[in-house]
Amino acid sequence: MNEQDSHPTGGEVTPTGEFGSSAVRLDQGHVVGTGGIPERFENPGFPPHVHRGADLDEGAAKRAERIVVGLFGMSILGTLGFIVAYFAIDPHASMFVPGIGQMNALHLALGLTMAASLLGIGLGAVQWAKTLMPDQEDVEDRHPMRSADEDRAKFVEILGDGAESAHLTRRPLLKYAVGGALGLFAVPVVLPVLGGLGPMPGDDLSVSFWNGHQEEDGSYPNQPMRLMRDPQNTPIKASDVTIGSVFHVMPEGLLDLEHHILEEKAKAAVLVMRLDPDDIQSQKQRDWGHQGIVAYSKICTHVGCPVGLYEQQTHHLLCPCHQSTFDVTQDCKVIFGPAKRALPQLPITVDDEGYLISKGPFAEAVGPSFWERGSA
Amino acid sequence: MSTETVPAGRPADRLRDGDQSVAPASSAAARKAGGFAGWIDDRTSGAKGVNYLLRKVFPDHWSFMLGEIAMYSLIICLITGALLTLWFVPSAGHTVYDGSFVPLRGQMMSEAYASTLNISFDVRGGLIIRQIHHWAALMFIVGLTVHMFRVFFTGAFRKPRELNWVLGTVMALLAIIEGFAGYSLPDDLLSGTGIRAMEGFVQTAPVIGSYLAYAIFGGPFPGQMIIPRLYSAHVLLIPAILVGLFIVHVTMVAVNKHTQYPGPGKTNDNVVGYRVMPVYAAKAGGFFFIVFGVIALISALFTINPIWAYGPYDPSPVTAGSQPDWYMGFADGALRLLPGWLEFEILGFTLSLNIALGALVLLPLVYTLLGVYPFFERWVTGDNREHHLLERPRNNPTRTGIGMAAIVAYSVFMFAAGNDIIAIKLGMSINDITRAFQIGLFVLPPLAFWVTKRICLSLQRHDRDLALHQRESGRIIRGAEGSFHERHDALSEYDRWILVQHDPVAPLELTAEVDENGVARPAARKDRLRAKLSHFYFKDAVNPVTPAELAAAHHDGHHAEALDAEALEAPFDYEGIEGDQDHAPGVGGDGADTEAGASEQGIGSASRLRE
Repeated sequence: MNEQDSHPTGGEVTPTGEFGSSAVRLDQGHVVGTGGIPERFENPGFPPHVHRGADLDEGAAKRAERIVVGLFGMSILGTLGFIVAYFAIDPHASMFVPGIGQMNALHLALGLTMAASLLGIGLGAVQWAKTLMPDQEDVEDRHPMRSADEDRAKFVEILGDGAESAHLTRRPLLKYAVGGALGLFAVPVVLPVLGGLGPMPGDDLSVSFWNGHQEEDGSYPNQPMRLMRDPQNTPIKASDVTIGSVFHVMPEGLLDLEHHILEEKAKAAVLVMRLDPDDIQSQKQRDWGHQGIVAYSKICTHVGCPVGLYEQQTHHLLCPCHQSTFDVTQDCKVIFGPAKRALPQLPITVDDEGYLISKGPFAEAVGPSFWERGSA
Repeated sequence: MSTETVPAGRPADRLRDGDQSVAPASSAAARKAGGFAGWIDDRTSGAKGVNYLLRKVFPDHWSFMLGEIAMYSLIICLITGALLTLWFVPSAGHTVYDGSFVPLRGQMMSEAYASTLNISFDVRGGLIIRQIHHWAALMFIVGLTVHMFRVFFTGAFRKPRELNWVLGTVMALLAIIEGFAGYSLPDDLLSGTGIRAMEGFVQTAPVIGSYLAYAIFGGPFPGQMIIPRLYSAHVLLIPAILVGLFIVHVTMVAVNKHTQYPGPGKTNDNVVGYRVMPVYAAKAGGFFFIVFGVIALISALFTINPIWAYGPYDPSPVTAGSQPDWYMGFADGALRLLPGWLEFEILGFTLSLNIALGALVLLPLVYTLLGVYPFFERWVTGDNREHHLLERPRNNPTRTGIGMAAIVAYSVFMFAAGNDIIAIKLGMSINDITRAFQIGLFVLPPLAFWVTKRICLSLQRHDRDLALHQRESGRIIRGAEGSFHERHDALSEYDRWILVQHDPVAPLELTAEVDENGVARPAARKDRLRAKLSHFYFKDAVNPVTPAELAAAHHDGHHAEALDAEALEAPFDYEGIEGDQDHAPGVGGDGADTEAGASEQGIGSASRLRE
């Protein structure tokens, strides 16, 4: 057993025998009297080579050749078919495919001919390799990744000599100057990127179209706005909102915007629902609504998907993205799912003509949480 | 051209092999090829290197094609993606659609969405290119994921391939970011909702969230900047990095030489397989066309991402059953499972861990753990040897168990992203399903670890059993005295080698906690942890049968088993044993059978019961 001698290093947990340890190391051999029987089985070497049909029988080789030729032929036909289909088939024609349904005929024909063209080449080449090309495996030696010790030493030496001959070790000021210059040169590249990516958010996330147009002094008029049906852009009479109904609402003027309409929609979208006032459990909710008509932000407080599903029977609002569920009778608090905060309520009332209007903006930021949302 | 500069015994030697005896080309075609190659070689001296590469040997196994699937899918994505850029308009600018898809005609939409409709309906062959691009992207990520499974479970990441594993991990992360950027580009309702959610994720980053979101989107969501920025990332930045890393990755495979599965004739010091020319050129080249062809076939038959059915993006409507592409599913699933109480208000500031943990932490965490694993395992085992022979997954039960636990945890997250679909299809309560996933996340991975490890140990014991007692033939033989025994057929030494080739292992033992002067060794605490982990990995190791054990099994009451005389002869032909070629470490497997029998009534003791 000379194994231990030839592999002196490896695991570091067990120090060498000088500490008097008799522990067994993972990288050391096991020492037992073996009575001449080796400790491990020996690799038996390659099994005898088994010849393929095509190696022994010219007929089989001929057949293999015909299959390969046939597959390459299929590829050529597929390519020709692709060209014909490209010009011959009306791009708007559709056809019925059993098991799949109605499909665009050109798309289907192009895809199938292309697949035939590609698979013909691929299968042909592999069949060729498997049946006719040499099937005797070759052996190549491996060598350790590690370079020879002298090369490794030489590398260190070259680096050291280079630094030495460049005066780097003798004149440390050079080192600091170069280091400083190299460390700073990325700034001109990075700074314009950081500075130019986007504006500061300011209070942008905390206000919405319901706040009204910002004044010169930065304040918001907070004027009442009519609630408009989306997408019809018509005002809603309180009497039109029957119990159980739900309206998709935007503030008056939003849908007439020329610019930034999506940005405003992303914060201002509101759902209006009418409940039996007796079902409403919170006084604030009742006060902010009008005879059981309540308006809530449609933007989920989780990651901002629109809360798209309203269950009339249970008065639950469900976000289809991550299934946060809000109970409208409990001031839209979260009753299930990953969201934490209730949907913000929009205070509403009716104007002289009986149309629903907002009494003010949302009292908090709508949509997903962010660090400073509570401080705005 | 002096040969002395090349150190002897280096792989580069092969570049200089066979300098002499250039036979004249046999055919006119060969001479012509030689002439052209000669022109190139005059200017590059590339002949040696190319010859070396063309004669390179690669081992053959189906599982080595998984990485090829990923590689070829990436190439297909590059080809089809280059074509798509000819028609796609990466702009969020508003336009009115007037193309040939009637249901959307006259609608306001972004130019990105309109141009994607245009590719799908008005560019001849545009739809098949788009579909191939998307299917190939899915195939790319499926391919690289399963390739990673293969590398992990066979221990192919071990020295000297840790660097390539890390490179692969980085590529895997980049691939899913690339995929997300890509499927967000059409600006349809589904992908827009995905970007909306992404904005929500970014916003929850502690302290800087809103600033980060405004920087990424160039202002309030959705803005006009995100589409061109994603486009720049999708067609330029990430592909450039991916292709660069991919070239290094493949070069490293060639430099390290491919690993091979253990088998007769295969050692840690050789590579057994076919040469590139002609076999691998045909097989691997042909396989590119097969992958491409299969993707084309799928694309022809199965529609993916029918953006025309979703409509243009608008932040207020949404479709039920919104789902990301599969590789983003685990992060989306994590968001569905994290409970809302992980959002905290601290001094007026909001910390949304219910989102940040799933959206901002999970992704880098998963890939960091993956990248670090080889270094962790190497530290635990203290194994500093080069490994070119793959491990059969059963021969490292703990690692295989860890891998399966990780896959199960990942799967729980991924399937959780489909909780709404599952609820609809199975008619179950979504609340119950979500709860079940939440519980499953904690229960299933340890269970998977335990089950996998037990299966591996059982398979190893079965291997031992087979090596010791050979194949049960099913034929009962009655002896002259009326005794019965079953005839066992001999196992060829080639078959047996697979069962016994692996290195025996044993946990590291803790050494003295004090040095020779009685002073506590500073490293003792670290060593204790390491010994504990080593124990965790190897405490119930089932080691391979040794020749001594086989001999004992035969001498020990097995005379009745009518083995062929030659079969008995072969394993005991010990002439020519000269040290261990594989530098095998290890503790002999003596007594492992007994231990196994003691700890595991049943399978482990089966071999003894028969005696």
